[in-house]
Amino acid sequence: MTNPGTERDEAQVRESKRSRQAARIAEAASAGVRTLLVKIFLLAIVDAISVYALFVLLLRSDWAVFGAVLLVTLIVNWIYFSKQKLPAKYLTPGLIFLLIFQIFVVGYSGYIAFTNYGTGHNSTKQDAITALIVSSQQRVPDSATYQLTVLEQLGSYSFLVTEPDGTVSLGGTDAPLRPVTDATVDDTGKAVALPGYTSLKFNDIVANQERIAALSVPLSDDPNDGTLRTPDGSKAYLYLSDLVYDEAAGTMTDTRTDTAYTDNGKTGSFVAADGTELLPGWKVEVGLANFAKAFGSESIRGPLISVTLWTFAFAFLSVLTTFGLGLFLAIVFNDLRMRGRNVYRVVLILPYAFPAFLSALVWAGMLNPQFGFVNQVLFGGADIPWLTNEWLAKFSIIFVNLWLGFPYMFLVCTGALQSIPDEIQEAATVDGARPFQVFRLIKLPLLLVSVAPLLISSFAFNFNNFNLIYMLTNGGPRDVTAGVNVGATDILISLVYKVAFVGANRDYGLASAFSIIIFLLVALVSVISFKQTKALEELN
Amino acid sequence: MRIAAPETSDLYIPTKRPFHFGRWFSRTGWRHLVGAIMVVFSAFPLLYVLSASLHPGGTLITANGLFSQVDLGSYQTLFNLPQQPYAAWYGNTLLIGGITSLCTVFLGALAAYSFSRMRFVGRRPGLLMLVLVQMFPQLLAVVAIFLLLNGISDIFPAIGLDSQVGLIMVYLGGALGVNTYLMYGFFNTVPASIDEAAKIDGAGHARIFFTIILRLVAPILAVVGLLSFVGTTNEFVIASIVLITPEKQTLAVGLYQFVSQEFSSNYSVFAAGAVLAALPVMALFLWLQKYIVGGLTAGSVK
Repeated sequence: MTNPGTERDEAQVRESKRSRQAARIAEAASAGVRTLLVKIFLLAIVDAISVYALFVLLLRSDWAVFGAVLLVTLIVNWIYFSKQKLPAKYLTPGLIFLLIFQIFVVGYSGYIAFTNYGTGHNSTKQDAITALIVSSQQRVPDSATYQLTVLEQLGSYSFLVTEPDGTVSLGGTDAPLRPVTDATVDDTGKAVALPGYTSLKFNDIVANQERIAALSVPLSDDPNDGTLRTPDGSKAYLYLSDLVYDEAAGTMTDTRTDTAYTDNGKTGSFVAADGTELLPGWKVEVGLANFAKAFGSESIRGPLISVTLWTFAFAFLSVLTTFGLGLFLAIVFNDLRMRGRNVYRVVLILPYAFPAFLSALVWAGMLNPQFGFVNQVLFGGADIPWLTNEWLAKFSIIFVNLWLGFPYMFLVCTGALQSIPDEIQEAATVDGARPFQVFRLIKLPLLLVSVAPLLISSFAFNFNNFNLIYMLTNGGPRDVTAGVNVGATDILISLVYKVAFVGANRDYGLASAFSIIIFLLVALVSVISFKQTKALEELN
Repeated sequence: MRIAAPETSDLYIPTKRPFHFGRWFSRTGWRHLVGAIMVVFSAFPLLYVLSASLHPGGTLITANGLFSQVDLGSYQTLFNLPQQPYAAWYGNTLLIGGITSLCTVFLGALAAYSFSRMRFVGRRPGLLMLVLVQMFPQLLAVVAIFLLLNGISDIFPAIGLDSQVGLIMVYLGGALGVNTYLMYGFFNTVPASIDEAAKIDGAGHARIFFTIILRLVAPILAVVGLLSFVGTTNEFVIASIVLITPEKQTLAVGLYQFVSQEFSSNYSVFAAGAVLAALPVMALFLWLQKYIVGGLTAGSVK
């Protein structure tokens, strides 16, 4: 027995199938030949780039990236040649960038936080071995003399070498010497040219002396065989390293002192029995070591905690002060009886229109203790350390951020105030409410409801307000007792930047561990604030 | 002296109320006082930097004598610095900002159109993601971005480190996050009946999007484009680690380095650079002011 409900459902399904079909036909009929040609042309460009990328990756046998590029290319083609998947056609371009440069990099930060990536540990073990051997090379005292012609091809140099026994070979920094047969040889038996390459003249050699002197061409694939280098561009000599790598034992031996350095598998470097480390090392996963360093060692934990507290205090006070001043001004100028409101308005939003990084730099000049306008003119030559005293620097940062941020709050509050209907105010006045009561009990709650999401995003923005801190005080005054480069006004994101990119000792692993901490804090703040405001429930 | 109104005639209506300072002050006068203080507070730093730029060879000390000298010498010096290619920075900033904001608007509008007009699986999570991504700016992952580009430059130097194309691509990673939600709200205000009418007349989805919808939402496109341009101009963190060669850097990176090298001695040249750098942004801002104010509040005050 058929159920009438099912029958109706079937009818609906049939109908929607037919209507879908109709929609497809209509869509196909409306798309002209020109649209199709444009589509094919654009896809052809994308595919051409992908094929080039795949080719390069194939040559480097970089299989993981090869697979990823191939997969993305196939998906893109599948989406755009399919007759359906309309939403995907509109979303894909933005999503690709979002996935790579916003989502993937977050995951990658997470991975780096568990490695020792940084100065001295930024490549593979093989690269580290080569670097160690090359960096400890000495000229072999009784080295044979190799006749040399320096060749150039596409901006990179190669050595054309005539060995003492007359063999002619070609090699470059990344390509060990290999014999060549088609070289032009002059009267003395020295090879001077090779088809496809330009031989450098004396003038060229003099002009590029430093680059040529820095070249070192390996004799063979085994780095222990040594390399050729040239002091003058016409003769090359054999250089051998004091360090010898024993691949079977996995040890690096210093031939001068006979010390053996072994890879202990933890620190990503060769370490001698007495603890001496050979640098550069290589990148290894170190587990929770970076987090242990951040929370375990007193010299980092202390600054990290104070930086975190200051980040919250700074973000909170910034929102409070800018919102307070902005709201006050919005109320002051929200009076129709007042003349010239538009003039005031334009001047008041100037700080918002001025690029923020420049504002911070200009204020840094004005607050300069010895020469700045504030001390020299406003305080009559006083010597107030606005940016170098811990607490005054914090005050200056909040003050400058007030200057930068109040126009935004002023604009937002003006908009919100004007959207509150006048009838409400009139009704309250009729009921006998005084102006301040009208404001506190009626306007403020209504206003807060509408600006709350903006206050949250303002908090999130200031939480990572790198430019202001870095350009105004550079995070200073510096805390000299801390184990990392950190100052009294540093916030978390400027701490990350300093640990990763400022100074000679870069520690990407530790910086990423700090980034992960920021992520967790921001996520926590977002969850709490979105729950409070229920902003997400309105999504439809 | 106040003129007393005639007491006898009740037909007399004074044409203008006599001016009373106390009353005026308590109603609107104090507002002008607040306004005057705020005008000085807001505009002073800008006048200061303008005056400093007009004092050739000036230092921080001489900058304190406001407008004691008016001369454009510093602007000439600015374009002839041997170490600091200011003109190149300026061009780079306009180019990177312009391309980034154009592409951001385009990618964002595509996404906003699909969220606003189509119903598909994953639409609500997608919208949620747009809101959440705004909370996590790209600069949090700056270390990973640096290492990623470092890896890319081994394979494709054209889009790796020290490449402006690479930098623009990184910025486009934030295209969907920041302003698409704003656009989505605006797209929703355009009635769907317009689309349907066009559909009945035989227009396909692409034609509806490019020739109808994009024109109707032009104001929000302008706002998003401007906000993205200003954001890119102000961006320092990622630009400073990606762009290494001075000729490729942007104003934010270049001027910061210039100022940190010779802060107090060459202040007038820096000030001239700052004034010129701020001009296009401020002009755009004041020109599009009306739309921006609307756009800023659109997210919350509906």
